[in-house]
Amino acid sequence: MFSYAIFSGITLGGMYALVAMGLTLQYGVSRIMNLAYGELVIVASFIAFVFMTSLGVNPIAGLLIIIPASFALNWVIYRILLTPLVARAKNRGMLEVDSILATFGLLFIVQGVLLVWFGGNYYSYDFLNNAVDIFGATIAANRLVALGFAVVIGLGFYLILTRTRMGTALRAVAVDPTSARLVAIDVNFASCFAFTLGGAMAAVGGVLVSMFLTFSTSMGVVFTMKALIVVIMGGVGNMLGALIAGLILGVAESLVATYIDPGLTIAVTYVIFLLVLLIKPSGLFGRAAS
Amino acid sequence: MSILKPDFIKPVGIGAVIFAALAFLPSLVDSYYMSLAISIVSFAVLATAWSMFSGPTRYISLATVVFFGIGAYTVAVLGEVLPFPLVLVCAGLAGTVIALLVGFSTLRLAGVYFVIFTFGLTELVRQVVSWYEVNVTREMGRYVFLDITQNDIYWQLLALFAVLLLTGFILGRSRLGFALRIIGEDETVAKHCGIDVTRVKVALFVLSALFMTLTGAIMAPRWTYIDPVIAFNPMLSFQVVIMALLGGPRRLLGPLLGVVPLTLLFEILTANFPNHFSILLGCVFLVIVYLLPSGVVGLYEKYSAPKKRVLATEQNAKPGGNAA
Repeated sequence: MFSYAIFSGITLGGMYALVAMGLTLQYGVSRIMNLAYGELVIVASFIAFVFMTSLGVNPIAGLLIIIPASFALNWVIYRILLTPLVARAKNRGMLEVDSILATFGLLFIVQGVLLVWFGGNYYSYDFLNNAVDIFGATIAANRLVALGFAVVIGLGFYLILTRTRMGTALRAVAVDPTSARLVAIDVNFASCFAFTLGGAMAAVGGVLVSMFLTFSTSMGVVFTMKALIVVIMGGVGNMLGALIAGLILGVAESLVATYIDPGLTIAVTYVIFLLVLLIKPSGLFGRAAS
Repeated sequence: MSILKPDFIKPVGIGAVIFAALAFLPSLVDSYYMSLAISIVSFAVLATAWSMFSGPTRYISLATVVFFGIGAYTVAVLGEVLPFPLVLVCAGLAGTVIALLVGFSTLRLAGVYFVIFTFGLTELVRQVVSWYEVNVTREMGRYVFLDITQNDIYWQLLALFAVLLLTGFILGRSRLGFALRIIGEDETVAKHCGIDVTRVKVALFVLSALFMTLTGAIMAPRWTYIDPVIAFNPMLSFQVVIMALLGGPRRLLGPLLGVVPLTLLFEILTANFPNHFSILLGCVFLVIVYLLPSGVVGLYEKYSAPKKRVLATEQNAKPGGNAA
């Protein structure tokens, strides 16, 4: 039971980490506080569901379509919805407030559309649901596959950010947008690209999560919340921090769900959040408090 | 602060006359319009209370319904045990305690932590209340049978709104209100002026939460049945933010300008498009955020104020820092 709890905590934590990496990119580089982020995760889950049940396309193959599609969608969102806000913001604080408001509106639109199409029920589908035995714990194969993909994609993403020219440019913008301009980095393009990349990560997370969790139209808020907590806990803009914080959150949730009560998982999230706020608001690996 | 100056007596006097006149509304209109009036007054209290804190500080609270729901739930739990005024006191205490907790854990940090915390707070409170009801009291959902008529609710809300406006009016002329405006302009400057920034923010947040809680408590007898999903509906927080922003949260009477048209609009939308309400609301909200960033009041000020002379350096200065 213990090894099962730990393992399912790690799979869940891996998903949180993956989803939070995208959010930390959006917030750290583009300075957009995206409250509709979790909705995009859920949208991807529902698309994977439709692919699997109506078209018979398995979610892994579906990723080949969903990733480019989410890339395009987030590009459009940034160009149409967010560029005017970026243009009119006088400082970082104003952009934060404006983006919070705009994405808060977007949240209700996306949620409303999902509600019209799918209603308020819980959904899930069967994919690789056979049991696998690992370290004495019986795990569904889909969890393993999801975790494997999360690791591969997260790692690839990390390498892109640390090893390529584009990734270095993104990190430079995260550190200081004004100085980034001085070394000929196109800050507007970098912001847009970071936002889009972050959105694509959300979509990947949504597809992977849908393989082993039940989901509903109203779960987006919880995903946003958890991703935000992981981002803050890991330190804004810190990929490795997001990974570790995600795992901590996932394991803590899983332990509480196994040994105390599944109804209290969100309370765990909040207790962890409170601890972070009270002890080290700049995050586990953050620099001095802002 | 001098209470008895003419510039204090005059607006308060006019306000008192208007409220006294509004108290006679129940004898003039039928029950449909009364229920509409109750919606308007309750949203007016919520949006004004929201603006009292979020207007000057620009800390967007997304947790209006948390306090509203706590108020409503207190009535559902204690309504048949205690006399109603005592229930209101209990509700107020519960709201104050929660607001103090939220305030002291988030308001000493940057504003964005506060927004994030309030964003998920509704979900947290709803799930914890549900968990408690299922596992401890073993009854999900409660009935509220109180001998309180629609007119009583209306009068109570009207009185609450009057108290709120008076509080806001006095606050605007007090040292506390002045401190809050300085914090909104620049927190660092406020600190250097010797303002205890955290304490001022928490005090205002608690005050605003208290009014929200009382609104929930007063409105509770309107529903006969309450469960966590009804009491903690995030849509309410959203509606309040929209209204306050449309009106203009930086003036005392600003939110009222948003409340009246939007309550009527919501009435039409819920009646005609019940399934698409959330989508339409989101669109209305985006229109307001993009086209009216400082609300109707801001629009009025922009076109009625005399043109200010702009210094050449200000015109040429590029916005630095944000760059993106």
